Formats: sequence, C-alpha cells, structure tokens
Amino acid sequence: MSSLLACPHCDLLQRNLEIARDAIARCARCDAALYRPYDENLDRPLAFTLAAAILFAVANAFPIVGLELRGVETSATLVGTARALFDENMALLASVVFFTTVIVPAVQLTAMLYVLLPLRLGYAPRYMPLALRALQAVRPWGMVEVFLLGLLVSLAKLAGMATVVPGTGLWAFGLLLLAIAAAVASFDARAAWSRLRLAR
Amino acid sequence: MTQRALTASDAGLLACLTCGLLSRRPRRSAAACPRCGRALHRRKPYALVRSWTFLVAAMVLYVPANLLPVMETESLFGSQSDTILSGVVYLWKTGSWPLAVIVFVASIMVPLLKMLAMLAILIAVHVGVRVHREDLSRLYRVLELIGRWSMLDVYVVAVLVTLVQMQLLATISPGAGAVAFGAVVVLTMLATISFDPRLIWDSGRVLGRPR
Repeated sequence: MSSLLACPHCDLLQRNLEIARDAIARCARCDAALYRPYDENLDRPLAFTLAAAILFAVANAFPIVGLELRGVETSATLVGTARALFDENMALLASVVFFTTVIVPAVQLTAMLYVLLPLRLGYAPRYMPLALRALQAVRPWGMVEVFLLGLLVSLAKLAGMATVVPGTGLWAFGLLLLAIAAAVASFDARAAWSRLRLAR
Repeated sequence: MTQRALTASDAGLLACLTCGLLSRRPRRSAAACPRCGRALHRRKPYALVRSWTFLVAAMVLYVPANLLPVMETESLFGSQSDTILSGVVYLWKTGSWPLAVIVFVASIMVPLLKMLAMLAILIAVHVGVRVHREDLSRLYRVLELIGRWSMLDVYVVAVLVTLVQMQLLATISPGAGAVAFGAVVVLTMLATISFDPRLIWDSGRVLGRPR
C-alpha cells in the first residue's frame, strides 16, 4: 500500500513512482503537483531555516522604515504596525496583521527547527506530527512577501510628503522573505518521515 | 481520464491530509492516521456548508469594504478620507501607475474574481457537472495560490497609520472600510481552505456509499 498514493486534489489512486531529479510528479487526472523527489539529507532545509530564524530576529528588532520631515522622524517596526492599529481601536485588524507577519513566520520557523534539528542529530522529535500539522495549517497565512509589497506601495504614497529612510530591519526583512521561501520549499515532510524511521 | 478511474474512496481507503499515508477505512469507529494521528475523513467534514457560509459572508462584506473609507488623513490643510478605489486613483494621478495597477488588481479584481470563481466551483459541485472538471480543479488551485495577495491594502493602511504621526503635522487613521476589507480577505481564504477539491471529482457519483 505504501507504493500507492491518493491525489489530495481529486482522490485518484496512483502508483508512487521514482522520478528524475528535477522532475515533478503530477496527477494523471487533475494535473495537480503530487511530489518532487526529495533529499534524505536535511542540511539544506536546516541551513535555510537557521538563516531565516536569525533574519527574523533582526527584522523584528530594528525599525523597518522611517519617515523624516524637517528634522522630525517617525519609524515603524514590524510589531509596531500591528501596535499602531491596536491603538486606533482596530484590534481585529491589528491581530490579523500581527498573526500574518509575526506569529505565522515564528510558528513556521519554530516547527521546522523542532523537526529538523533533532532529526539531523539522529534522534526523534517527540511531537513531530503536531509540528508538521501546525506547519501545514499556518502555511496559507504567511504573508511576509505581501507585507513587503504593501510597504513599497505605502512608501510610494508618502514619497511626495516626506523623506523615506530605509531601516536596518528592511534589509533583514527582504532577506527573511527569501530565506523563509527557500526553507519552506526545501523542506519535504516525506524526508522527515523517512528520517524518523531511521532515528528510532 | 476515463470514467473508471479508481479513487482512494472507491477502494475503501482514507488518505491523511497531513502526511499522505493511506489507511483502510474502519467499519464503524472514527479513523485516525496511524502515522501522524490526524483524524481521517473521506472528505473534509461539512466542506460545502462551511465554504458557502464563508463565501456569502465575504460577498456581503465586499460592499462596505469598497464603499467605506479605508483610511482618513488629517492635516493642517484639512481632512480627507480614502476608499480603496480613490487610493488607486491617487496612485494613478501621481504617476505611480505600475503601483496603481498592482493595487487595483490585488485589492479590487482579485477578491471579486476569487468570490466569483468559488461561487462557480460550488455551483458546479451542487449541479454535479461532469465536464471541465480539470479546469475547475485548476481554478481552485489558482485560488489557493493568490488568496493572500489581497491583504496588500491592509498592510498599506497599517504602515501609513504607523508612520504618519502627529509630529509630521498630519495623522492617518484606519477607517471602517479597512476592517471590512480585511474580513473579506480572511473570509475568502477560509472559504477556499474549507472546501474540498475532491468534491469536484465526486460529482455525478453517489456519495457516501463506496461501490
């Protein structure tokens, strides 16, 4: 039965075939992407995740962008944007912003580190199923790249009014977006399951 | 593909949506994945009811999201309130037309097209269409992919509110439209997530009774 798989998009039963390195297996009926060949070696996703975790810390610790007008300066941090909405009595909107730009990346990075680090060191993370499920559940809600685009749009709107000062957090944030995308893309849960079998 | 395609459900198997493992469907008791412990269902429970509910709520809120101001600017020169559309017009007039196009697509077109597409898929499932199912399936996957990008305007408002403070002799505060708009984005995403694309391929079959 392990040689069979069901397409998650149309439930068609198909054989689990070995495919070429750069190939991608697609469903014979609905054309959904089923799987890519995965690497048993967890070094690459682990490296990206560690890099992303450091960048996440920097992106949150420093202002992302500032605004300067006749010597007066204001600045925005990632948490600060959610905070500003909260202070305007927009708790609902503030929590959406906070959740999608801070909580979700934090959960993603924590879950991946929790799974990858022990497996890499050769023992089994006890709550791996829970971590993988959390990872899957929050994935659609991670919106760091959308936030960056929103940032650019708002800076364009302000450009005529005051001087825009890019902050340290901005560079970290731009790199964070790439690192998270690379970590999520290179992390294959099937590799984790197969490593788990070896670790036990 | 042929009409005789064998699905996991036909074969009495349940696929785990978290880890992909196939297991035999137990006769009576509720099933859990033997590998990762997730509850197993033949299809996502109450997929259609949930999807319809979220979709209708999103459609209702789409009206205030576009009519109410998303932000209010107050400065020495007076106050001004902006809806999503007037924000696009402002970007267009000030010469940043590429951004105007991006915001128009992300904030006005994408949510509208998403709701219409989800409506079409849901109606197709209820009617039980047996043609173009591959296209419907693909459409659903596009919805999953682009849903997040509509959040763009919420972030624009959030950043502007944070940066434009009293010291700069102007303040920007969020308007009720921003809440409605954020709700539309979240609700359309929930409508997509709670739907089960396998239902598209079940149409025309007798459900709940394998073979």
